[in-house]
Amino acid sequence: MIFNIPFIAVVAMIFIGLFAVLFKRNLIKIVLGISIIESGVNLFLITLGYREGGVAPIYTSAPSDAITNTPGSMVLPVPQALTLTSIVIGVAVLALMLSLVMHIYKQYGTLNVRKIRRLKE
Amino acid sequence: MSEMSKIVRTIANVSFPLITIFGLYVIAHGHLTPGGGFQGGAVVASGLIMLLVAYGSTWAFERIKEKRLTSLESLGAVWFIGVAFLGLFVSGIFFKNFLVGLKLFDNITFFGDIPVVGSTLANINTAGVLPLMNFAVGLKVIAGLFAVVLVMAYASSLKEWKK
Amino acid sequence: MSTRNIVAVLVFSIVALFFVFSALLIHPFGDPGAVKMDDHIITNTQSETGANNGVTSIVFDYRGFDTLGEATILFAAVASVMMVFRRLKK
Repeated sequence: MIFNIPFIAVVAMIFIGLFAVLFKRNLIKIVLGISIIESGVNLFLITLGYREGGVAPIYTSAPSDAITNTPGSMVLPVPQALTLTSIVIGVAVLALMLSLVMHIYKQYGTLNVRKIRRLKE
Repeated sequence: MSEMSKIVRTIANVSFPLITIFGLYVIAHGHLTPGGGFQGGAVVASGLIMLLVAYGSTWAFERIKEKRLTSLESLGAVWFIGVAFLGLFVSGIFFKNFLVGLKLFDNITFFGDIPVVGSTLANINTAGVLPLMNFAVGLKVIAGLFAVVLVMAYASSLKEWKK
Repeated sequence: MSTRNIVAVLVFSIVALFFVFSALLIHPFGDPGAVKMDDHIITNTQSETGANNGVTSIVFDYRGFDTLGEATILFAAVASVMMVFRRLKK
């Protein structure tokens, strides 16, 4: 049943984000599209490291059959560590994008991307 | 942003210590349970933002200077790099985990126990340099996220920003 | 339909084709190919770093340098937001 369905979900998320960035006119919707693309990429990083029938790579209160069969029944931990860094970078970039959008709104009075290009000061 | 009603303020007062304690628990037990510096820092920062929403950003901005918040964040960064350089001074490798297995007095170690391989019990005295780094990164995330949201909330309520 | 819209739809469909093609050809879900480094980390976490949590030991001990770069990014983002809103001092 699970025939690469998480990878198809990643592709769907990136499509939705790319559609919002390319075809929408409101600046806030474009920023939301960029955030959806980042979420899709984080999901892809985590689903790269799944092992069939595995538990989390933590030894505290682990089930006993995962301890006896040690590297074979734990999920790969390295992609999870890289996803953590990626999430924090996404938050920092989102904060900076939103503050720049606020500055644009104060300067131009509108959030329409087509009109911002045409108002020359 | 003006403040909200008395019911909202009372519930925010009651639930803020619980959220803070849970966030500090997630930061402090980062080497035993899922969590760590970044996750616990996000929990405490969202508790602080809940207080900011309940009390209004104009009231909060007069009382909290954001210079202190940015200096707290820089303190967290300096602490993190200081621990890394301490590893360089004690033994010759940058970022070395020098507290693992280091006995200070007879049997007292400062975060230096080594767990038995394959044990599922959690001993908080383990994992070397990791709890110190967890606190440094947690402080950095708390101060950084709260400062950003405070400045953006105050800036969007000034008169010259509304057209 | 302006030329901008036609070019955008064309680029979108080409990217869509590439993505769907590679999502069906990637390794099957639940069977990663190269696991030697992760097996070494899982079996040696408790004896080398002393932590029970494998992910935290990777983030702060085996790959601590990447966490240093991430702390720098956090600092740069907060400094940039403070710089954008600098005229608040009345």
